Parts: sequence; structure tokens; C-alpha cells
Amino acid sequence: MAFVTASWNPFGDVFYRKFNLYSDWKMKEDLSNCLIAAAPYAGPIALMINGSHKERSPSLRPIMEIYSSSGNRIVSLPWKSGQVVHIGWTTNEDLLCIQDDGTVLIHDIFGTFKRHFSMGNEVLQNRVVDAKVFPTAYGSGVVILTGAFRFTLATNIDDLKLRRFPEVPGLLRPPTCWAVLMQDRQPKIVLATGKDVYVLDNASCTSVIPPGLGPQVCGFTQIAVSFNYKKLALFTDAGNIWMGSSSFKDKLCVVETNFKTAPKQFVWCDRPKSDNPTVVGIWDKLLVITGKTKETIKFYQDEDVHLVPEIDGVRIISSSNHEFLHEVPPACQDIFKIASMAPGALLLEAHKEYEKESQKADEYLREIKEQNLLFEAVQQCIEAAGNEYEPEMQKSLLRAASFGKCFISNFPPDTFVKMARDLRVLNAMRDYIVGIPLTYPQYKQLTIEILIDRLILRRLYPLAIRICKYMKISELQGASRILAHWACYKLLEYEPRSGEQVPLLLKMKRSQLALLKAIESGDSDLVYTVVTYLKNEMNRGDFFMTLQNQPVALSLYRQFCKHQEPETLKDLFNQDDNHQELGNFYVRSSYSNETTIEGRVAALQSAVDEYNKAKNEFAAKITEEQIKLLRYQFRLQKESGKTYLDLSLHDTVQALLLDSKHKQAEQLYKDFKIPDKRFWWLKISALAEKQDWEELEKFSKSKKSPIGYMPFVEICVKHRNKYEAKKYVAKVSPEQKVKGYIMVGDLEQAVETATERKNENELNIILSKCTAATDQSIVEKINRAKAQILKK
Amino acid sequence: MTRLKMAAHLSYGRVVLNNLREAARKELREFLDKCEGSKAIVWDEYLTGPFGLIAQYSLLKEHEVDKMFTLKEGHIPPAEVKNIIFFVRPRLELMDIIADNIRCEHKHHGPPRDFHILFLPRRSLLCEQRLKEQGLLVHFTHIEEYSLDLIPFDSDLMSMEAESAFRECYLENDQTILFSVAKGLMTLQALYGTIPQIFGKGECARLVANMMLRMKREFAGTQNQILPVFDKLLLLDRNVDLLTPLATQLTYEGLIDEIYEIQNTHVKLPPEKFAPKKQNESGRDLSNEPKKLQLNSAEELYAEIRDKNFNAVGSVLSKKAKFISAAFEERHNAKTVGEIKQFVSQLPHMQAARTSLANHTSIAELIKDITASETFFDKLTVEQEFMSGIDTDKVNSYIEDSIAQKEPLINILRLVCMQSVCNNGLKQKVLDYYKREILQTYGYEHILTLNNLEKAGLLKPQTSTRNNYPTIRKTLRLWMDDINEQNPNDISYVYSGYAPLSVRLTQLLARPGWRSIEEVLKMLPGPHFEERQQLPSGLHKKRQQGENRVTLVFFLGGVTYAEIAALRFLSQMEEGGTEYIIATTKLINGKSWIKSMMDKLEPSLF
Repeated sequence: MAFVTASWNPFGDVFYRKFNLYSDWKMKEDLSNCLIAAAPYAGPIALMINGSHKERSPSLRPIMEIYSSSGNRIVSLPWKSGQVVHIGWTTNEDLLCIQDDGTVLIHDIFGTFKRHFSMGNEVLQNRVVDAKVFPTAYGSGVVILTGAFRFTLATNIDDLKLRRFPEVPGLLRPPTCWAVLMQDRQPKIVLATGKDVYVLDNASCTSVIPPGLGPQVCGFTQIAVSFNYKKLALFTDAGNIWMGSSSFKDKLCVVETNFKTAPKQFVWCDRPKSDNPTVVGIWDKLLVITGKTKETIKFYQDEDVHLVPEIDGVRIISSSNHEFLHEVPPACQDIFKIASMAPGALLLEAHKEYEKESQKADEYLREIKEQNLLFEAVQQCIEAAGNEYEPEMQKSLLRAASFGKCFISNFPPDTFVKMARDLRVLNAMRDYIVGIPLTYPQYKQLTIEILIDRLILRRLYPLAIRICKYMKISELQGASRILAHWACYKLLEYEPRSGEQVPLLLKMKRSQLALLKAIESGDSDLVYTVVTYLKNEMNRGDFFMTLQNQPVALSLYRQFCKHQEPETLKDLFNQDDNHQELGNFYVRSSYSNETTIEGRVAALQSAVDEYNKAKNEFAAKITEEQIKLLRYQFRLQKESGKTYLDLSLHDTVQALLLDSKHKQAEQLYKDFKIPDKRFWWLKISALAEKQDWEELEKFSKSKKSPIGYMPFVEICVKHRNKYEAKKYVAKVSPEQKVKGYIMVGDLEQAVETATERKNENELNIILSKCTAATDQSIVEKINRAKAQILKK
Repeated sequence: MTRLKMAAHLSYGRVVLNNLREAARKELREFLDKCEGSKAIVWDEYLTGPFGLIAQYSLLKEHEVDKMFTLKEGHIPPAEVKNIIFFVRPRLELMDIIADNIRCEHKHHGPPRDFHILFLPRRSLLCEQRLKEQGLLVHFTHIEEYSLDLIPFDSDLMSMEAESAFRECYLENDQTILFSVAKGLMTLQALYGTIPQIFGKGECARLVANMMLRMKREFAGTQNQILPVFDKLLLLDRNVDLLTPLATQLTYEGLIDEIYEIQNTHVKLPPEKFAPKKQNESGRDLSNEPKKLQLNSAEELYAEIRDKNFNAVGSVLSKKAKFISAAFEERHNAKTVGEIKQFVSQLPHMQAARTSLANHTSIAELIKDITASETFFDKLTVEQEFMSGIDTDKVNSYIEDSIAQKEPLINILRLVCMQSVCNNGLKQKVLDYYKREILQTYGYEHILTLNNLEKAGLLKPQTSTRNNYPTIRKTLRLWMDDINEQNPNDISYVYSGYAPLSVRLTQLLARPGWRSIEEVLKMLPGPHFEERQQLPSGLHKKRQQGENRVTLVFFLGGVTYAEIAALRFLSQMEEGGTEYIIATTKLINGKSWIKSMMDKLEPSLF
């Protein structure tokens, strides 16, 4: 007992102490080679270990690890996503990993991926230089410093609204230091660039000057904001620390440190209602505590440390120690300060003597009583018990209080009982298995309800229920709620029938999980059910965002929209910049929704724009041509009174040719670059259909036919004009000539040509066309020719 | 009697698929009996065709179904029945029609009736929600599902007849049908035992296998105690083999389907070549109505010729003709009363054989008219050039000319897609040229169709410089130069030279196994895998000497008759050792397949 104060360090009127939270704490990782983040309120610790570490596998993939505050490794996973710039915990103990492309991935405490979101296009383009996660009145926020030295911020990641803060004039380099503040529920950013300090908010950028700082300052190199956002500290390159209010209205003090370099980490070590707040800095392995008194406290640490500010102190994490540093709470100071005559100290002493059955007990007791301070003495002991970490110490203080109580006639019992209960809970929390080493002030701030949530989060259901019963929390808030969570967890683990699982999950409001499970089942009906539910429950932005991460659900919803809500379909395509599909959407709408030529053209024009954005040159060009054609047809229709609209280009030309509008047909042929071959086909079939044999012949002589002359023969025969057909047979290519003659029925010529070509195969074909009765002479000719060929 | 006859062909095969049909009929009867009293069925029209293969009107009538109507908006026609049952697919638009029907009934204070819905193949929360929103769900006494996933078509063939399965899976990323596939396979396993080995190739195959294994877990605790009938299940994605359906099928059944389209085993043919029907009582001449025939293995002659190359059909038919007339001649030899009696007893069978012969001779003539034409020959030549890898990298003049003459668009699309597939994508210039020609000739409104074909991978720009089709063709021996159409020795006879890739993969899986073709499998899309399902001890089959293994091949996204023919050919090969049972989401041919991917836009009137 006498050594209680051995670890105390005097600091002005008060003392600071540092002690181990767990005696056998061990974290294998070397903290210098990783990103680290610890959640406040004795929360879990996450590490993102750099992949280039020598001992690691050659894969170079970073490793993500999560530890409880008792050093229990919960999970270790290779990181498979992109380059992570910053990690941080939300107030719900979800881990945010912020990538350099502005994507933020959310994992739970077990390292299970929950979802991701993006900090927007601007961030994607300019990349992330630095980022911070911060608690807000609404939940947790994220702020990004981009490569363009602009800040993009979201105050609540569960209701993502991105805000881009105004530019800082003349900022060409990243700021030397910056921090987030919350004032009047609004986020602000304090940043220093050289000797200038600015406060940024949603609308403005204000230059501020910390009051009471001499003109010798050249630059600010570190910044620290207190846990409650009320106080702020700046470190200057001259080695001074300015401490004051975060509104920059009041100065607390300026301290000289003699350090020229900025500390590696710089945090407040404060407690509510403290008169003597301090800041803690680390230079290499030296921990320095400074404040308004002239003294400083220094600790030499054996290894790299990481500081975690808490509401009533600072956690100090290193590979082999997990310590807590704080100002010794007043009740403890009063009782344990050397030679203290405080009533609590006397009561503790009295009880000690009483245990030894010494009469001195009575002397001490009388002394308190004489001053009429027994009530205060008991109070002091109870309070001090709450602020001591060791159960043995807690016990002796409580025993002293209990002893003192006996001499007060009607001391209200609840403070004592309450503290005894609270301490049982706190000691249970501090157990290695649970690993939540909360201090009493942290516990009071957090509230028992949230503490229960954290146990649920850690799947410590039986403990949570026991605590609820012990603390007499109502069934609704306590046991039954926990059981629902437990049931849900078990449901996921042990209910294989998705048809049962999914509706239950929805009933339990676990919609994201329900969606995941529905997709896993492959049952579209289940997926639709969840999607419909989500659509009704969420705002549109969140709903789309959720779908964005679930391709299966997204395509099913698209199917649904296609039939039921075409306009939503457009929004969906817009959301993921699917310009090809947007183009298709406008094309479809041009046909099915528009009833005027202007409307149709306008829709097609929108399609052209989208196809261009999709870099689909072909589609853009052909759509432009369609617009041209539609306009042309519309004009033609008005002029002629005939229907041209919605004929294909090919059919339009054919219709023009049939109407003998050769000039217009030629014009289209040129304007739309119809290939020569097809135009010739078009023209000859149109002329044949009109029986305009004269024009056909003229056309055949206009220039050399790109399709040969066989089509002329065929088209004439098709229109039953063998006489005309014959005119073209002579021009047919030698390979097809025989076929041509057969077609026009001139077997004589066919035989002659085939004989000339010495082609037995062709002779046989002709033979097959002969009828014995009428073509006797031809048959003979063929046989003779065949014999001739054989001879050779 | 008729009922037994209807399904007799399902009982001949190695796997008695009639059990599946009987199970389906039992489920239907049970549902009908739940709705006591007289009934009228209101049909989702699409269901009637496939449904006919399970139950005829006679069965329904035995269970007091007095009336049948087609589902449409407005009033349900008057009927003196106690129950109205809607037989529908779970689709929202159909729910809206049902809602309209019900409202009409209420408005006009019809007689009190019980309403029921039977969903095929699955009830849907989404649909029920739709009715609930309109406050109509309470009016239904029974809402149930009739899980008719796989419908037996023949002794070795099952289909789900889901027409848009391929489109949904590969274009719209909607895998709803795969869930039904998995469910159907679970039903099949409940009837025919757990299938010990599952093989697969393709994304969808993987998903189906996953779902099956998952569903098996869901039933954990209840072990299937039936001795397995199937040894293996092979799941094949249609997009692993996009080429085969594009080629013109050259088997007898394949050609009937190509030209006249077989629907639910029925085909409608032009009546001219068939002997005029007897005039019916009213004296109306029916000769202008199409001739409707059912085609399945119940017809002996059809079973013999359907899978032959069409060029081998003629000789069989003439042999048959001689045989039958010889049989009829027998009557002159029948002298004694006993002999005459015997002859007469055979008469019905002989007459049936004669009708059958006459029918198929007529069909063969109809087909011959087409296959003997020059246009058919020219098109086939181009197809065969593409498949054997000739000139696939440049614009083909036959296609050009066909477009210029505005041949039916589907034929053009089939050829262009085939060229693209055989060249592993077309050069951008070539592709753009074709697309432009098509849109200029057939109309801009087909732009979405072209886009769909691109999405499905049927039409694509060449990305890598390497065309791996020749490697695939050579390794899998997809092109055989010496084929025997009359007495085939290889599956390539079904396309007169081209061996369907899908069937080749099936063949190689049986022997020597896929390990031998790992490299080629990697070139084809999607993963390939093998899963094993534990059998309860005691159900491990002890194979008899010479007993064939049975493999169920499931084509996800459709199968053609020619592929079926090729698999039947493999089943019959003496040294094969494997019999194949075939299942699919839909029986397809190139035409119906391409059609399912088309998006026809029509302008609103103005």
C-alpha cells in the first residue's frame, strides 16, 4: 500500500501516473512498419502491416490484423484490395480502410467485409494524400486531403453526403499539419501551412492567429485537438507549444521544449474538469508531458509506441506493453498523497488498524468525526475505489467505506452499492477474454447500454445477458434484445434453408445480411423480396449504393425496372456511368415513347451523345445517319404524300427507284455511302420489278457491273422474261455461263460453252436438264463431247 | 387406355422417365382434389403446350375440371363452377391480369366462388406481394406451386421449355432459371437417386452445381435411399459452344425443326403432300389446314430415322416401303382360317406402319425440295467453309449478296455470327461493315439486336491477335473430312462434317477424360470442375459385366436436335460404354435461338 504513489509523477499541484493495463501484453508486430489505429473507449486495435516486410511472404500483400485491447489477435488477413492510406475506427467499432483512390472499405471487428463506398470522383481523380476518421454527433465522419490539396468530407458514413471544402488560398503544398474539429455540430478543419493557420468550414476559409504567441514563430509543425474538441495545441518549429482553446480565443500557455523537430505524435492528455491539462509528444522513444506548469515529465520507452487519446488520459501501445497514462484522479490523490490528512485517507487508515484489531482505529475515526467529515470520508473512499485499477485496492477502499458507513446513522446506500456493481462489471470487462479495459470515467461516458452493444458485437452473448440481469436492465433493452442478436447469429450459422432464413433476417431488420443470404441461395424470388424491402426502407441514394455492390441483385432489379419502371432504369445506368446502355435506353425510348418526329430525333440525339461517351464510334455514327434518314424521309413524305418513314435506307432507295425517282435514289446512295454492289442489286431488282427492261439494259451498259452479269440473268428469269435474260448471258463470267444458258433455256449454247470449256461436270448438269423426248440432239452432242474429253 | 398409350414411349429407355411424369401427374391430382367441387382452369397460355405432355384434358376432367379459359383481362367467361383456378407462371404482369379478373367478378356480383392460384414452377413472394398491395390476396383459398421443372419429352430427353433461358443467363445476367434447373435436378435425384459425380463447364454450370450442393445441405438429415440410376451429371453452358446451334442441322429431325419448327414434340406441316383427310361431318374441306403430327419414339419408324443424316433417310424409307407392301402381299398366301385370323390381328399394326411410312415419305419429299435447291447448297457451302476455317477473316461475298437481296435477317445473322465465332471475333473493319450493311438494309431498329449478339459473345471484334478457333478445331477434331452419312462412325455425320463441340466434350469426358484436353478447356469460357456427392453406404452400385454407365447431360441455354442425335449415336456405339440422357432448358435451333436474342423496335404511330 505504501507504494501506491511510487508510480506517481508530480506535475505542479497534481500527479500523473502510468501503469500497465495487462501484465502479459504482447503484440508480435513491430509498430514502425505499419498503419495502426485503436478505437477509443478501450476498443480494438487494427494494424495494416506493410507487405514489403522482409520476413513476410514474397507476395508483398499487406496484412490486416485486428487485436483486442488485451492483445488477443482476433484476425489476420492478407489485404486483397488497393493501396491503403489511412485506417480508423468508427464509433460503432467498424474498421474503415481508406484507399488512395478514395474507396473506403468497411470491415467489422472480426475482419468480415461489410460494404464499401467511394468518396467521389474528384477524390478518385486527384488521389488521397491523407485522411482521417473522426467521431461526430451523427456517427462517424471521414475527411480526405486530395492530391489537389482540397478537403472532401462526409459527416456520416451511414448517410453519405460528400462535401468539398473551399480552397485554401495559395496552398501549393500539402499543409504541414491539420486536424478535424467539431464546433456546433459542424465539422471544421484546422490546418497550418508554414506560419499561417486557417480554419476551414463548409463555406469559408478563415485565417486565424493563436493569441499570445510571440512574433518569432516561423511555422507550425504539429497540431493536437483534445478529445472533446474544446482545446487545441500547436507545435512550432522553434520548439514551443501553444496550448489554448480550439476557438483560438484564449491562450492556456506557451511552453518551451527545446525540441527543434516536430514530435512523431502529439496528443492531449486531459480529463473532464481538469485544471491542469497536458499534451503528450513522442520524440523517437522519448515521451514528454508538458502543460502550464514549468515542469515536464519524461518517460523513456524501450520501443516504438503509439498514443491513443481517451477521454481521461492516453493509452500507450507498443509491442510489449499496453499502458494507461493519466492525471491521478482527485479522490485518489487525496487519499494516497504522502502525509495526506484528507478524511478518506484517515478512514482508510482507521480501517487498516481495525483489521489489525488495533485501538488506533478508534483514534483515526474520532479524528474524522470531530471534524464532522465522516460522510466525506466514505464518499472519498467510494470514489477512489472507482478510479483504482487493481481489484485488491478497490476492495480495501470499499471495505474502508463500508466500515465508515457503520458510524453514520443514515448513509444513503445506493452510491456504495452502485459503485460495487459498476466495479464488478468493469473488472469483468477488463478480463483478458473480453479485453475492454475501460476506466470508470470512460465507462460512465460510454453508458452501460453501449457497453452491452459492444459485447454483442464481440458475440459475448452470455456475458452480456448476465450483466443485464446483474445491472437490472429491462428485458426489452437487455436480455431479449441480446437473445435476438444471438438468435440472428445462430440463424446464420445453423439455418441452411435460405427460404426460412431470409424473411427472418428481414424481420430482424438485418436487411444487408438478408440480401447477401438471398443472393447466395440463387433464388431470385428471395432476392427480389429483399430488394423490394430495401427499396421501401432506404432512401434512393443508399438503395442504389447497396445494389451497386451486389451485381446479382442489381441485374435482377434492372430486369424489374425494364418492365415496371423504365425511368429508374435510366437512373441506374447513370449511376454507374454505363453510357452504352444509356444510349440503348434512348434508342428504345425514341421508338416506344416518342410520337413526334422532333421527339424521336431528340431521343436519338441523346443516344448519339451517350454512344460517344461510351467510345462506341460505330453506334454514334450509324445513329447520326439514322437521324439524317428520318429527317429526309419526313421531308419526302410531306412532299410526295407517300409513306417513307421507318423504311430502312435500303427500302427507301428501292421505293424511290420504283417511283422512278432515280436522282433522289442516287443522292441517297452517295450520301449514305451504300456499297456499289448493293446499289446495283437494288437498282436491277427495282427495274425488273417495274418491268423497265429498257432502263435495265441502259444501266447494264452504264459501266462495268460490280456484281457481274449473272444477277441480270437471274432477275430477268425471276420476272419471267427469258428474252431479256438472254441479252446478258454472253456477258456472264465463263464459270457461270453454262448455268446462265441453262437458266434461259438455251441448252444448245450451254453445251457449246461446256464443250469449249471441256468441263464434264457442266455437261452432266446439262444432261440432267434434258428430257429424252425433246432434247434428243442435245443429248447426242453431250455424249459426243464427253467422249472427246475422255479421249484426251 | 389412351393415357397409357400416350406415355408408353417414356417407359422403354434405360431410365424410366415415365416415373417423372407420373410423379408430376400425382402432384397435379393432389392439388386438384384440394379444391373440392367443380372447377374451371384459367390458363397462362404459354403453359398449355408443355403441360400437354404431362396431362391431357381427360385427366383434368376426371378431377371435375369442366371448363378451361385463356387468361386475359376483363371478365372470366361465365361457368357454373365452384372453383376458379389460375395456372400461371410467376410473373408480375400476369398478376395484374388476375387482379383485373377478380375485380370484374366482384363488380358484377358473380356467384360466390373459390379462387386459387397454382404457380408453375414456383410460387413467388413478389407476385403474392403484388396481389397483396391491391388487397386481393385474401380472396384466394389456395396459393400453391407446381414444381414442374423438367418435362419428359422422350425416353431419353427432358426439357424445361423456358424460351428465354439463354437470353436471361447470358444477356441479362438473370439467373432465375438456374435455380429451377437446380430444383429440377433435385427432383430428379429424389426419384432416381443421388448422382455421385457432377462435372461441369461454364459459369452457369458452376452456379447450378453450387446450388445443388447447397440444396442438398438444406435437406441434411434426410438421406436418399434410392439406388442411383445416373452415374454422372454433366452440366454444360451453351456459351461454351456457341458454334453448334448456328450450323444448319442435317439430321432428319434436325431438318424438320429447321424448316417447320417442332413445338413440344408437335409439328405443323403444309398439307399439300399429305393424302387428303377424310371430310368431316360438316363436309368442310380441311385440306387447307396444316397437317399436325406428333413426333416421338412411340412411332417406330420415326425412332429409326430421326437421328440419321437426311441423305441416309431415303434408302431406309424405300426399304420400309418394300417390306410393308410385302407384308400386305402376305394376305394372298393366307389360306386357312387360322392364317387369315393371324393376318387380320396384325392388320392394325401394319396399317399404322403404312400411315407412318406415308407421312414420313411426304415429309422427306418436302425437305428434299429445299435441301436440293441451289440456295440451300450455297448456304451450306459457306457454313462448311467457315467451320473448317476457310476465309473467316474477311467479308464474305455470299453474305454480302444475301444482304443485297434482303434474305431473311435471321439467316444473315446466323452466318455472320458463325463467321465471328469461327474467327474468334472479326476484325473491327469487317464487323463494322457487316453491321452497317445489316442496319442499312433491314433497318436501324435492329441496332439493339446487334448489341445483344455482341453481349452474348456471338458477334465480337477481334481483341487478341491470336485466333484460337483452329487450335480448338484441331484438338477436338471438330472438322472431319471423311464422313460416312449412311453408316456413320463419328458424330460429325450430324452436320455432314462438323462434330458438335458440346458433344465432343461429352465424348471426351467419358473417355479418356478431360485431363487430356486441359489446354483447350482453358480456351473455352468459364471454369470446368468436378464435384462428388457422398452416397450412403450400401448404395454404391455394383456394375454388371457389360452394363453401361448412364450420364445425364444438361445443356444450360438450349440444345439442338442434331446434338441430341449425336449423343444418341454415342449411346449406341458398342464400345462406348455410356448411355446418355439429355436435359435442357429449351430445345432450340439456330433460328429460334437467334430470335430469342432479338429486340425488335417498332415506332409508335404518329
